[in-house]
Amino acid sequence: MSSNKKYWKSVEELNENSSIVETLKQNEFVQEIPTDEFLGDKNTLGASSTTRRDFLKYVGFSTAAASLAACEGPVIKSIPYVVQPTEIIPGVANYYATTIADGFDFASVLVKTREGRPIKIENNTLATTYGGANARVNASVLGLYDSLRASGPMKGEDSISWSDFDSETNQKLTDLKVAGKEIVLLTQTHASPSTSKLISEFKEAYGNVRHVVYDAVSASTALDAFEAKYGERGLANYDFEKASTIVSIGADFLGDWQGGGFDSGYSKGRVPNHGKMSRHIQFESNMSLTGANADKRIPLTPSEQKLALAKLHSLVVGSAYAGKALPEKVEDALQKAASELKRAGSNGVVVTGIDDVNAQTVVLEINESLNSKAFDPKTPIKTRQGNDKAVMTLVADMKAGKVGAIIMSGVNPLYTLPNASDFAEGLGKTELSIAFSMKADETATACDFLAATPHYLESWGDVEIKKGHYALTQPTIRSLFDTRQFQEALLKWTGNDKSLHDYIKDTWNEGILGGSSFNQALHDGVYVGSISASEIETVETDETIEEVPTSGNAARALAASVSEGSGLELTLYTKIGMGDGQQANNPWLQEFPDPITRTSWDNYLTISKSDAAELGLTNENVANGALNGSYAEVNVNGVSLTVPVIIQPGQAKGSVGLALGYGRSAGLKDEMKTGVNAYALYQNFNSTQNVTVAVVSGTHEFACVQLQNTLMGRGDIIKETTLEVFNTKDKDYWNAIPVVSLNHKETPVTSPDVDLWDEFDRSIGHHFNLSIDLNACTGCGACVIACHSENNVPVVGKTEVRRSRDMHWLRIDRYYSSEDTFKEDNTKKKEFSGLTGDKGSLGGFGEMEDPADNPQVAFQPVMCQHCNHAPCETVCPVAATSHGRQGQNHMAYNRCVGTRYCANNCPYKVRRFNWFLYAQNDEFDYHMNDDLGRMVLNPDVVVRSRGVMEKCSMCIQKTQKTILDAKRDGREVKDGEFQTACSSACNNGAMVFGDINDKQSKVAKLKEDNRMYHLLESVGTKPNVMYQTKVRNTTEA
Amino acid sequence: MKKSYQSLEDNSTNNMKQVIYRKITSKILYLGFIVLLTFSATLNAQEGDPAKGKTLFNTNCAACHQLDKKMTGPALRNIEQRLLDEQGLDRAWLDAWIRNSAGMIKSGDAYANQIFNEYNQTAMTAFPTLSDQDISDILAYTAAEAPAPPTPGPDVVVSTAATGDDSSNKLILGALALLFALLAIGLILVRQTLTRFAQEKGIEVATADKTIPIWKAFAQNQFLVLVTSIFFLLASGYFVYGYFMQIGVDQGYQPVQPIHFSHKIHAGDNGIDCKYCHSSARVSKTSGIPSLNVCMNCHKSIYEYNGETTAEYDKAFYDGEIQKLYAAAGWSDADQAYTGDAQPVKWVRIHNLPDFAYFNHSQHVSVAGVQCQTCHGPVETMEEVYQFSPLTMGWCISCHRETEVNVQGNAYYEKIHEQLSKKYGVDKLTAAQMGGLECGKCHY
Repeated sequence: MSSNKKYWKSVEELNENSSIVETLKQNEFVQEIPTDEFLGDKNTLGASSTTRRDFLKYVGFSTAAASLAACEGPVIKSIPYVVQPTEIIPGVANYYATTIADGFDFASVLVKTREGRPIKIENNTLATTYGGANARVNASVLGLYDSLRASGPMKGEDSISWSDFDSETNQKLTDLKVAGKEIVLLTQTHASPSTSKLISEFKEAYGNVRHVVYDAVSASTALDAFEAKYGERGLANYDFEKASTIVSIGADFLGDWQGGGFDSGYSKGRVPNHGKMSRHIQFESNMSLTGANADKRIPLTPSEQKLALAKLHSLVVGSAYAGKALPEKVEDALQKAASELKRAGSNGVVVTGIDDVNAQTVVLEINESLNSKAFDPKTPIKTRQGNDKAVMTLVADMKAGKVGAIIMSGVNPLYTLPNASDFAEGLGKTELSIAFSMKADETATACDFLAATPHYLESWGDVEIKKGHYALTQPTIRSLFDTRQFQEALLKWTGNDKSLHDYIKDTWNEGILGGSSFNQALHDGVYVGSISASEIETVETDETIEEVPTSGNAARALAASVSEGSGLELTLYTKIGMGDGQQANNPWLQEFPDPITRTSWDNYLTISKSDAAELGLTNENVANGALNGSYAEVNVNGVSLTVPVIIQPGQAKGSVGLALGYGRSAGLKDEMKTGVNAYALYQNFNSTQNVTVAVVSGTHEFACVQLQNTLMGRGDIIKETTLEVFNTKDKDYWNAIPVVSLNHKETPVTSPDVDLWDEFDRSIGHHFNLSIDLNACTGCGACVIACHSENNVPVVGKTEVRRSRDMHWLRIDRYYSSEDTFKEDNTKKKEFSGLTGDKGSLGGFGEMEDPADNPQVAFQPVMCQHCNHAPCETVCPVAATSHGRQGQNHMAYNRCVGTRYCANNCPYKVRRFNWFLYAQNDEFDYHMNDDLGRMVLNPDVVVRSRGVMEKCSMCIQKTQKTILDAKRDGREVKDGEFQTACSSACNNGAMVFGDINDKQSKVAKLKEDNRMYHLLESVGTKPNVMYQTKVRNTTEA
Repeated sequence: MKKSYQSLEDNSTNNMKQVIYRKITSKILYLGFIVLLTFSATLNAQEGDPAKGKTLFNTNCAACHQLDKKMTGPALRNIEQRLLDEQGLDRAWLDAWIRNSAGMIKSGDAYANQIFNEYNQTAMTAFPTLSDQDISDILAYTAAEAPAPPTPGPDVVVSTAATGDDSSNKLILGALALLFALLAIGLILVRQTLTRFAQEKGIEVATADKTIPIWKAFAQNQFLVLVTSIFFLLASGYFVYGYFMQIGVDQGYQPVQPIHFSHKIHAGDNGIDCKYCHSSARVSKTSGIPSLNVCMNCHKSIYEYNGETTAEYDKAFYDGEIQKLYAAAGWSDADQAYTGDAQPVKWVRIHNLPDFAYFNHSQHVSVAGVQCQTCHGPVETMEEVYQFSPLTMGWCISCHRETEVNVQGNAYYEKIHEQLSKKYGVDKLTAAQMGGLECGKCHY
C-alpha cells in the first residue's frame, strides 16, 4: 500500500507560490554553474597541444611508473664491528648487575643489554634487600635514551669543553679558598661510602666546605626521631613478612614511604599459609595503595591521625592520653587495633607516615614496647639522609650572601623547594654555582655551569642501602654524551688522578670487602658486609637535634600539637608512577595509570564526595567515556595553585590530597609538561598542610583508563572471601564453579557436556599457564612498565588515552565496592526483587554504580587470558589470530587486516588496536620518534604498524628463547626458567608463570589450589591465565 | 689449507708443454733428493738443500717470515749473506739467534736488541730442535734467487686464441649470410626473368582467387573468439599473479659489495668452515657478519692472492681487495701494525627477512644441524654471493613439513618425541608435527 504522505525537504516547499521551489524543479542549481569561466577561454584551450586523451595517458603512465618504482626494495647495509668485543655476540643478550641510586629510588637490578645497549631492567634475585625494581626503576632505562639530555658541560648558554670547565672552576674554587669563602656541596642522598670519602677529602682540600644533603621528598622527621633514639642517622627497617598484625597510621609503605621497598615482605605475609595471614589495619586520609590493600581502612584527616597515634600509644604502651576525643567509630577501631596488637605481641608492628618527630618517636616506642620482630633498628636504612633544617639554613645563608660557591649534584631545588624563589635569589649572590645534572633542568639553567652527568647505566658507584648491605653501580654502556660524574669531578678538584672505578675498588678493598673479591661483588651487584662505612663522614647539622621527649611525653606532645584548624587538610604524596618528578620526561611513566585513580598524564586534587558537593566541585563523564573535572584553587598560607579535581572514594572527609612530581617546566618535551607543581605547597617540608579550597571556572579533561568503577556485585570477576570462611568452609562455598542448565540440570561450566567446543589434547609438550595471586598483588604496576619495555608497547599520549586508545597489554583493574564491602554488594544484588521498590533492581543497580565513601578496593591485573577456547580466534576473517599448542594465543600482525572483530568478541577487552602509526610519527613525539629513544626497543619483538591489532603474547619471545636454550644444551627445562616480563618483574610473588605439563612445577600446583579460579569462567573460554581468590583477614580481636 | 704454488706457471694447466716440463723437473728433483739423502751424511753441513729447506721454512718460519716481505719478523731473502755484508755477523750468530733469541736479547747483544725493538718487542720463538743441517737447508732456500715476475705469456696466448675463435665464428656466419643473400637475389632474378619470358610468350599467370583473409574468418567465428579470449584472460591472470607473487622476493639478489669477497676462494678453494667466520650462527639468532679482526687472523700473513685467476679477476684485482681490507681494518702492511684508523665495512645485506618474521640461526644450525647450504645454496662456489632461496613463507613451511627432526641424544626432545610419535604413529617427526607451523613460532 502506497502512502499518500507528502514529504518536504524544506519549509519553503510548503509555500505553494515559492519561486525558488519552482526554479529548483526545473534546475538542480539555483545559480548557474560558472562553466564558462572555467571553459570559456576557447583560444587558450584550442592552442593547447595536450588533449584530454593525452592527459589521461600521462596520468596513467605516471601512476604505473610510480607503483613500479615503489616495488624495488631498499638497500640495507650491514656493518660489523672492526674488532668485536669478546663478550658481545650479536643477537645474544648480556646481563649486568648494577644499582640505581638517584636519591629517590634505590634498587639493585639486572640490566639486559643487546649489542651493547641496555634495553630492560630486571630484578636482581641475588639481592636480599632492595632487589625489586618498581615501576619507576623499570622505566629508568628509557631515561638513558632521553633526547633532551645535556650533551656536554655548559657555561650559561654556551657549550664548553671539560678542560675549560676544569680550569675555570679550579681557578674559582682556589680563589674562594684563599678568600676563605664557604663552598657548599648540596647533594641528593648518595648513601655511598666512596662518595662520602671523596667529599671528606674535598673538605680537607678546600677547608671551608659545607655538605648539605637534600631529599626532595623529605624523611627528615623520621630520621631525627631515629637519630635521637638510636644515635645514628637512618630509618628503622621493617620486615612486614614477620608481622602478623600491621597497623599503619598514614604510612603508604607499599608506595614510597621512607624510600619504599617494603612490598615484597608484606606480600609474602599476605598469602594464606596454613590458615594464617597477616592482618593489616590502615588509618589514612588519602586513598593510598597501602590503604587499598588493607583488611580494614579507617579514613582520618591528618590531625585526627596524630590523635589516633597518641591514643594508640596510650592503649598499647599504657601512657595517659591527653588529647581531644576522637569520633566513637574511630575510638572503637583504635581499641580493637590496640588489643589485636597486644595479642600479636612481638608479631605486631606499627608504622606511621606523619611528618612529625613526635609521631615518629611514638611509633619507635610502640614497636620497642611490643618487641616487634618486624621492626629492626639495628640495620637502619640509609636511603634518606636529608636534613630539612640544614637546607633551610643554607637557603637563608645564600640569601644573606654568605655562600661563596654552591655545587649541586642530583638535586633540583628550583623545582622541588617550596621557597624556590628564595633559593634563586641566593643563587644569584653566589660567586660560583655548578649543577651536576643530566638535563638542563630548572636549577641547571639558572647556574653558572651545567656539568652534564651520565645516566646511572653509564656510571660507576656504590651504595650502602642498609647498614652493612652494599651495592655496586657499574656502567652497562659507554657514555652516550660528553659527560662526567660528580664523583669524578671531586677527584679532579682534589687533584686525584685515580679513575673513579679504582677509587671505589680501593675504598671497598680497604673498608668494606674484608678480603672478599671485588669482582665477585661486582658480578653479584650486592655485598653484605658487617662494617659500616658511614662513620667516614657524618653529615653536618647546624644545631643539635632538639631534645626529644622520653616515653609518653612524645605522645602527649603529639596530641597537644593538634590545633583546631580551619578549612581542609592537605596531604601531599608521591605517585608510584612519578615519584619526586625526576623522570617527568619519561613517556612510559607519564602514560602509566595511577593504580588508584587510573588517571595518566596528570596530577589532581583528590577530595571526598561530601566535601566536593559542599564546595561545588564536580566530576562528570562525557559521552566518549572520558572524565572531566572542575578546577579548584588550593591555597596554603598565601601560596595558591589551580588544580583539577578528582572526587576520590575513600578520601577522608575534611582532607584533600595532591601528588608531588608534576608541573616540571624545564628539560622536558612539551607533551610531558603535565600537571601542576605541588612542591610550592610543601612548606617546611611538611606533607600535611592546612588549605582552603575554592572552585574556579573551567573544566579539566582527564585521561583516565578506567572511571570510578564499582564491581556491581559481580563477585565472579574478583572472587574474594574472608580468612574465617576460607579456613572453615568448603571450597565450593567460597569458590564455586559457575553452573549452567543442561536438560534442567545444573552442570558446572567446566564439564565437557556443556562445552561448545571440542577439546584438544594439550598434554604433550609445554602448556603455559600464568597464575595471579590477588592476595599478593599490591597493584604497584611494576609489571605494566616491564611489559611496556619488553614488548615495545607504544605510548599514545593524553588525548588518545582519553579516547580509550591506550595500548597497555597489561592493565591493572581497580574496583571499588558500592557498599562498605564487596560482600555487602553481592548480598544486595542477590536480594534484588522486582524492578522497582525498596529492593528493586532498577534503582538498586543505579545505587551500586556509586562507590562507597570508604569502599573496599580490589586490584586485578588483566592481560590476554590466552583462552583455550578463544572467542577472538573464531571471528577473525583472515586467521590472523590462532592458537598454539603451548597454550598461547598467537597474533600474526602481518596477517591482520584490522577488522577489529576479535576485540569486539573478546570478553576480557584485552586487545589493543593501532589506530595510528606510533613509531616515527611526529604526531606522537615520544621515544619512538627519535633515533636515540628507539634504542630501547627490544629487537626480538616487532614494532607494530598502523591498522593492526595487538595484545599480550604471553612473552612468546621469552618462552621460545628458554626452549631454544634447553634444546641447545640438550636438557629439559627446569621449573622457574620460563618467565614472562610481568612474572619476572613481580617482586611480590603474585605472578607465577610456568608449564603445567610439568607436574612438579609451581604453577601446576597453583592450578590445583583451592583458591584458583578463572576470570568469567561462566563464558567457557577456558583461559590459561588463572587467578587466586582474594582472602581478607577480617578477624577482629 | 690451500696449496702453495711456486709461481703461476706451475699452475697453468692449459699449457701442456709446461706441465710435462714440470713433471720432468719434479722427477729430476726427486732423483736428486734421493741422491742427496744417500750422501747427506758425507756432505758438508754448510751446503744446504733448498728443497728440504723450503719444507722446513714453511713449517717453522712462514707464520712470521716471508722471503721478500716484512711481516711479524723481517724478510729473509738471502739473510745469511746480508747479515754478513751489512752487520758483519756470521753464521754462528744466526744459529744462536735461531735457537734462543730471547737469551741473546738478555745477554745484551746489540743487534739482537735492535731487532727486538724494531719488531714491537716480540721475541722470536726459539727453535732449539733445529739441527745445523736444518738451518743450512733453510738458509739455502732463502739464498735462492727470487723468481722472475710471472710472465703473462700463456694467459695472453689463451686470450688471443679465444678472440680468434670468436672472430672466426663471426666470419663463418657472415659468409653464410652473404651466401644466403646471393642465393635470394639469384632466385628473385630467376623469377623475374621467367615472368618476363611468360609475358613475352603471352602466357597468363594464374592468380589465386580472392578468399576471405584469415583474421576476418577468425573474427567471424564467434566460438573461436570466445575460446581465445578466455585463454587470453586466463593466461594474463596467470602472469599477473606470477608478477605479484614475486614482489618482495629477491631470489638471486646479488648486490655489489664494498669489498669483492669471494666465498669461492675462502669456503671453496681453501675449505674454510662457514662457522669459522660466521661463528655466532651457532649461538645466536643472527649468523653474524665476521668482524674485521676475524679476517685479520689469516690476512695478517696472507697479503697476496696466489690462487687461480680468471680474465675478469686477476691477481692484481684480488690483491687490491686485500688492500681494501687492510685499509678498513687499519692495518699497515709495511709496518705490520694497526694504525688505529679503522673504517668499518658497510656490507650490503643480501638476505633480508621482514621485521615481523623471526628467524633464529642457532635453532637451525646447532639444534637441527641443518647445513648452511640448504638455505644459502652452494656458497662455496659463489664468486659473489647471491640470494639462493626465495625466503618466502611457503619455502619455510615446505621445509618444515618435510624435515624430520633430529632428536638423537638431545634430552630436551626425549619425552615430547616419545609422546608425539605415539600420537601421530610415526617413528620420526617432522618440524611441522613438533609445532613448527604455528604462526606464533615465527611471528611475534
